[in-house]
Amino acid sequence: MEKLIAGKSIEVNEEGYLTKFAQWDKTVGEELAKEANIDLSDRHWEVLNYLQTEHKNEVALSIRRIGKSGIVDIKEFYALFPNAPLKTATKIAGIPKPASCI
Amino acid sequence: MKRIVILGAGTAGTMMANHLRHELDKEDWEIQIIDEREEHHYQPGYLFLPFDIYSPEDIIKSIKEFIPKGVKLLTAKIDQVIAEKNMVLLQNGDQLHYNVLIVATGAKIAPEEIPGMKGSEWQKSVFDFYTFEGSLALRNKLREWEGGKLVVHITEMPIKCPVAPLEFAFLADSFFKHKKMRDKVEITYVTPLSGAFTKPKATEALEHLLSEKNIQIESDFAIAEVNNETKQIIDYGGRAIDFDLLVTVPTNKGDALMERSGLGDDLNYIPTNKATLQSLKYENMFVLGDASNIPASKAGSVAHFEAEILTENILHYINGEPLKEEFDGHANCFIETGNGKALLIDFNYTHEPVEGTFPFPGIGPMRLLKESRMNHMGKLAFRWIYWNVLLKGTHIPFVSATMQESGKNFN
Repeated sequence: MEKLIAGKSIEVNEEGYLTKFAQWDKTVGEELAKEANIDLSDRHWEVLNYLQTEHKNEVALSIRRIGKSGIVDIKEFYALFPNAPLKTATKIAGIPKPASCI
Repeated sequence: MKRIVILGAGTAGTMMANHLRHELDKEDWEIQIIDEREEHHYQPGYLFLPFDIYSPEDIIKSIKEFIPKGVKLLTAKIDQVIAEKNMVLLQNGDQLHYNVLIVATGAKIAPEEIPGMKGSEWQKSVFDFYTFEGSLALRNKLREWEGGKLVVHITEMPIKCPVAPLEFAFLADSFFKHKKMRDKVEITYVTPLSGAFTKPKATEALEHLLSEKNIQIESDFAIAEVNNETKQIIDYGGRAIDFDLLVTVPTNKGDALMERSGLGDDLNYIPTNKATLQSLKYENMFVLGDASNIPASKAGSVAHFEAEILTENILHYINGEPLKEEFDGHANCFIETGNGKALLIDFNYTHEPVEGTFPFPGIGPMRLLKESRMNHMGKLAFRWIYWNVLLKGTHIPFVSATMQESGKNFN
């Protein structure tokens, strides 16, 4: 489905995750952050950039791996993106919600 | 004489020993299987032991009993795999060269990963049921427990048998009802996932059952610590959940041997091709069961389906032929829902569990994703099948290694 984000029509799935990363830009990220009641600081952006890079490298994202990344520890990750940080951060970053393996 | 070495004589390793001895000429191929233990445990039985449904004798047999003639069983601790030299180093200093290595060392719990989990309350009010010792200690606790807050908890994914903690919660509900003390027990299911399960349709069905059985669910809970003084589990966001009895599934990890050998990822699982089961790094190394990092369930049924496909691939490899990219992540799991009923789910990498009939399309007799007594009978019968059919590498009639799409209601 299409959603109007930061004045642009963007493809998203039922949960609001972007389905085409090419449509993502910083203004889209900022708008999505606002929806999650988050004011993006430089620290947020460092984490978001890291997640996008990992996604491009096809690394499966997990809270554990992020905690060991050296970019951010889990406590700070929660402070930056409260409640469900991985779900929130990936949505803002314009990448798919991580599928936990089964 | 060439040699195949199998590491681990659990479900996966034992099945491979049986398959390969059947397929390979004894004149050409020696097969050795190594395990440090002497007992083979029927791990699905750990779920039933706490509720006095199974006794220890139902769960434990000797490894020896299931290793076929013509396969050499070595009871020894493995120190290291030196893959560059095609060599296994044992702790007693012996060296074993191989032409083909099969790794089936499984996964284990690692409660030490979470601060406080293996603290002063361990096996007093904090239990696991993924080990025989844990499950037995929990049985003894449940025999005497007078009620309170029972928290069933998953630390992080992936875990062996991802449905087992749900089954534990369902069986607990049933157990306390039979003891006429359900009103004294508050059951909460705490998971790092966003819902009861990893796949949407099964999640819906299972959450319905949870609410029907008055089991609360707390999702998206990434545990930071267990507080032994206040008896709480606390997540990274500061959310705290009180318990009187915590039944947790700790972090699962591959064998520490992988770390010593430089073969594993950050959880000691070996990077493996998910369709061929060949190691991504060494072409004469194959991995099956819980030891690999493939995105399939860590479950005996998966190891069973893998073993059929891996046997073919090892024959291809030995004959210098290309490997078949055939494994589809097929898993088939009974989910005990209490009161003599169970659900059955059948799925693979690309198809989530849905409703339908199994194994005969349109007929059954088992129903997919629906509670039934027949499914429960299937689960109990499975223990017999495990010991008498599955471990011996005998094909289970009508159940194919790859998932069957007919008889399932996809849409």
